[in-house]
Amino acid sequence: MSIAESHSGIIGGIAARFRTCPATGLQIDLAAERLIKANAVAAVVFLLVGGVFGLLVALTRWPAVHLLPADMFYLVLTAHGLDVLLLWILFFEMAVLYFASAVLLNCRLAAPRFAWLAFILMLVGGVLTNIAVLQGDSSVMFTSYVPMQASPNFYLGLILFAVGALIGCLVFLGTLVIAKEEKTYEGSIPLVTFGALTACIIAIFTIASGAIILIPTWLWSLGYISHIDTLMYKLIWWGMGHSSQQINVAAHVAVWYAIAAITVGAKPLSEKVSRTAFLMYILFLQLASAHHLLVEPGISAEWKVFNTSYAMYLAVLGSLIHGMTVPGAIEAAQRRNGFVNGAFEWLRKAPWGNPAFAGMFLSLVLFGFLGGISGVVLGTEQINILMHNTLYVPGHFHATVVAGTTLAFMALTYLVLPLIFQRKVILPGLAKWQPYLFAIGVSGISLFMMGAGTLGVSRRHWDITFSDAALSFDYPSAAFLMLGLNGLSAILAAVGGGLYIVITVGSLLFGEKVTADNVVEALGPMPTRKVSEAVKEYGNAGTFHLPGTYILVAVFFTAFVLYYFVNWKYVSDLWPMG
Amino acid sequence: MATKTKEPEAASERIPPMQRLLDNPFLLLFLGVTMPTVLYLMWGLMEITQIPIAE
Repeated sequence: MSIAESHSGIIGGIAARFRTCPATGLQIDLAAERLIKANAVAAVVFLLVGGVFGLLVALTRWPAVHLLPADMFYLVLTAHGLDVLLLWILFFEMAVLYFASAVLLNCRLAAPRFAWLAFILMLVGGVLTNIAVLQGDSSVMFTSYVPMQASPNFYLGLILFAVGALIGCLVFLGTLVIAKEEKTYEGSIPLVTFGALTACIIAIFTIASGAIILIPTWLWSLGYISHIDTLMYKLIWWGMGHSSQQINVAAHVAVWYAIAAITVGAKPLSEKVSRTAFLMYILFLQLASAHHLLVEPGISAEWKVFNTSYAMYLAVLGSLIHGMTVPGAIEAAQRRNGFVNGAFEWLRKAPWGNPAFAGMFLSLVLFGFLGGISGVVLGTEQINILMHNTLYVPGHFHATVVAGTTLAFMALTYLVLPLIFQRKVILPGLAKWQPYLFAIGVSGISLFMMGAGTLGVSRRHWDITFSDAALSFDYPSAAFLMLGLNGLSAILAAVGGGLYIVITVGSLLFGEKVTADNVVEALGPMPTRKVSEAVKEYGNAGTFHLPGTYILVAVFFTAFVLYYFVNWKYVSDLWPMG
Repeated sequence: MATKTKEPEAASERIPPMQRLLDNPFLLLFLGVTMPTVLYLMWGLMEITQIPIAE
């Protein structure tokens, strides 16, 4: 029997067409399914485009290659940031929002026509901004700081995209209301849906900040407004620019819980604690935007320290909780699955051959060790000065957004293909290696850019040899080595990313049709031959016997403390006392 | 005469305030937008507007 067979249902007086997923038993609204597919496909297309631009950036930063001339470098850098930081991720997040609401809550999607309007606005906006950048007169980079001025279509495209994303968020909230009204679930919404709600709330603040600053900037580019204050622009823009990356954090943490639940049957160690950790994101995560303004004169130390070193740490506490509870939940589930020997049998015998699980776990580790620790260092006013506006900053956010979010979304794709697109993943042997290749490449990009940044390399410089500069400057030779290794890592990441595109697109076009008989097999190796219901239910793991997780957490904290205090040592060298 | 007593089921259904907060998406939305708007945006903008204009 094909799982595409559908039936009509009437919920709340409105007819909708559903199919029953034989793997999960969920009623899937076909309108929601089509929207998930459209948003996911658009996301992958923009990942491809943005990824190619990213490789060109890395090959230009590699001094021995230095591929592009200056004007093309800044054009490509602008397009890279736009396509991967905003378009790939927000399109995929829309798919996650519709999945976490209509699918996981077993209900129809609110206002599918508005959801399509959202998709079209986002698509038109994304294409318009790309065209503006590729025309060559909008190489203002992702941050687009005034007084640099892009063409009006650059800002207009971003505004249209943001309005579309806002409508998508409202559709998500509307679906929550429908599910509650129509009692399609009991008690609290599932944890994965709660994580998606967190992402949605942060997205609404992000989009509002974007509207506040981009609409006047658009009018300024048209000549209707004479002046935009540069500091005011930076403050509000980062309310959008950094918060948009916090949407990713909430979304990919929700994806971690989802993949762990589906593949090994992991239930949260404590629903209350995990939800409280998400609440900390809702309340405090956006405040971390302030770390981009830590060296701005004119803003008080109180504002800077409160927004970063006080409030931001409460959000970090949320991440630390997730960083413990996700592996803890996996350990508890694996021990329940029979892997009880020693501290780490559960980890050794985890389904590492399943790209969904492997990608999720690598995302978790890399986000915590590379992105999390470096984020705290950047968010501390005193030690931020060591690497503010250096290449360390892109190194940090490649760890959070690429190793964290992108890898998690890639991992989820290996489950979405059979469950939503109803296609088996092609080239399973290569798919098994794809997350590892991409993770190694991205780890290199992140580490070597952070290394170069620690040596003082500026974050946006086309030529670190200063070959055409009136005043020369010599970076340490180690900085050149770092950028060379960054280039090699980018090639490796591009191979991993290209493999993901080939497998994803190939599976859509040539993948074997998934049926009720092979749907679970199509999800890849799992400890038990059934899909766990943990993803759609409220419930705790019921144990805290997690010796392996405690050891892993101790290793993490040791690395955290050492690296944090090493940076204070660097500051003491920079500003000798006495 | 029968006395009216509180049914045990109703008593056990009392939902703690924190749970009510976590189960209310629109209250969470309000908090999630208000906190950064006040602490990050408004406070920051107030400080920027108080910077004296260079003469």
